[in-house]
Amino acid sequence: MFDDVRDLYNATIIDRGRRPHHMRRLDQFDATAKGDNPMCGDRVQVWVKYGPDGTISDTGFDARGCEISKASADLMVEAVAGQTAEDTKRLFAAFRTMAQTGACPDCAAAMEPLRLLASVHEYPSRVKCATLPWHALIAALDGGGRATSE
Amino acid sequence: MNDMAPTLDIQRIRADFPILTQTVRGKPLVFLDSAASAQKPRAVIDAMVGAMETQYANVHRGLHWMSERTTDAYEAARDAAARLLNAGDRHEIVFVRNSTEAINLVANSYGRGILKPGQAVLISGMEHHSNIVPWQMLRDSHGTLLRVAPVTDAGELDIEAYEKLLADGRVGLVAITHMSNVLGTYTPAERLIKLAHAHGAKVLLDGSQAVVHRRVDVQALDADFYAFTGHKLYGPTGIGVLYGKRELLEAMPPWMGGGEMISSVSYERSTWAEVPHKFEAGTPAILEGIGLRAAIEYVESVGYDAIAAHEASLIDHALARMSAIPGVTIIGRAQDRGGVVSFTLDRAHAHDVATLLDRNGIAVRAGHHCAEPLMHRFGLESTARASFGIYTTHAEIDTLADTLVKVREFFA
Repeated sequence: MFDDVRDLYNATIIDRGRRPHHMRRLDQFDATAKGDNPMCGDRVQVWVKYGPDGTISDTGFDARGCEISKASADLMVEAVAGQTAEDTKRLFAAFRTMAQTGACPDCAAAMEPLRLLASVHEYPSRVKCATLPWHALIAALDGGGRATSE
Repeated sequence: MNDMAPTLDIQRIRADFPILTQTVRGKPLVFLDSAASAQKPRAVIDAMVGAMETQYANVHRGLHWMSERTTDAYEAARDAAARLLNAGDRHEIVFVRNSTEAINLVANSYGRGILKPGQAVLISGMEHHSNIVPWQMLRDSHGTLLRVAPVTDAGELDIEAYEKLLADGRVGLVAITHMSNVLGTYTPAERLIKLAHAHGAKVLLDGSQAVVHRRVDVQALDADFYAFTGHKLYGPTGIGVLYGKRELLEAMPPWMGGGEMISSVSYERSTWAEVPHKFEAGTPAILEGIGLRAAIEYVESVGYDAIAAHEASLIDHALARMSAIPGVTIIGRAQDRGGVVSFTLDRAHAHDVATLLDRNGIAVRAGHHCAEPLMHRFGLESTARASFGIYTTHAEIDTLADTLVKVREFFA
């Protein structure tokens, strides 16, 4: 009955949604922000630590929400490791395009692990689940506060 | 179900709703989201299209044939709504956009005009955001208090606590749901109103859900205000009703100003039209009113006894089938309940459950259902919710239950 949803709910997404590797609050961090999707009640908080060269050295998150939002947050943490804020914003723009359209033209290598979420574009009401943690991350990079996926 | 209960010819009912023949992803549509918004019978569609094709103009102001006929058709909706609620007087029916606007009207007019700072508004712990936020706004702008009567673990109103909250006589208005959109619980409206009146408080019932499932008699209840919305009652969006006792409506100041609601206007001052027009500024939702009338007549033709019996049978079936699925937890176990079943699944978040159910053509709602405080009361962020309408079948509930078993296997 659900064979066709395995494109989105693949083994990695289910595993990361259920047992995220990076769902932890950072004890020491340089920036943090919360994100929420008021329409569905999903909430996420992201913490970021920068290295001496200004790139992202560590990211953690706490999330209450669905498997898609947690898996997306977990994969995001890995994708942005070592990236500058500028690179991270470019990555988010590409990720958002991929989440909305399924396509990722001229994708950076850093996008590779995120391709697991490409088929979320076939579930329009779930795209915001995938982008919510990114909104929070970008808000943190921009100085903190709150973000929304609306 | 009582053998003598009136029956409802489900196949005939389903034939009245054109959308029910649609397929979703190649599967027959199983629409279990009527509590969010119900589907429309042919009678409503035809009434609205027919008006646009043959009989349409602005109402209440034209001196020509088309305007007079359209005014008659629109005002017939007021008669239908008065009949539906058993209002004593058609002037007690105020047309609004939806229940939210009805509640905001009471908050802005009765709240600011009649309630005094320091008086309290009492709501319950199972309100929709639309019956919470207007009272917070009133509190912050007008200095009223906001009290909340708690909900028991079974999902019923805690009557003892309710009475205690009334005891000091400071509550000027009780604003409470007649049926929870999350738990399905009916509140004991008659008793709540008696208690409120005994303590000097008026009562506004949010009947958005209740009026769909059960006959409402505002005179028997002695309700001071009653709100419902057309689109959940098989009618169009954009039209709702606020019932108010005439003496209350007459004492209340207008909320929105404009055309329709005035008696005379000069630059020095304006005077107000009689109720209900005092509260109906601007060109109203004419076509939607005509559609609402058709919806009310449709519900009346089926009959509330048959509707209530059908839905009671659906709820019994749903609770039995869903309770038997390991990992499914039903939220709210009220004795007196309507056609709404909220649930969680142990292995997956409600959104993921809803996405998978959708793959089998099943439409449910998932999230906080615009009732975040109630969700938190039960330690939840979200639930999935199946809600039933006049056209829901036992077989559809079986499809839901069978699919839920497979969803759980999927997330094993």
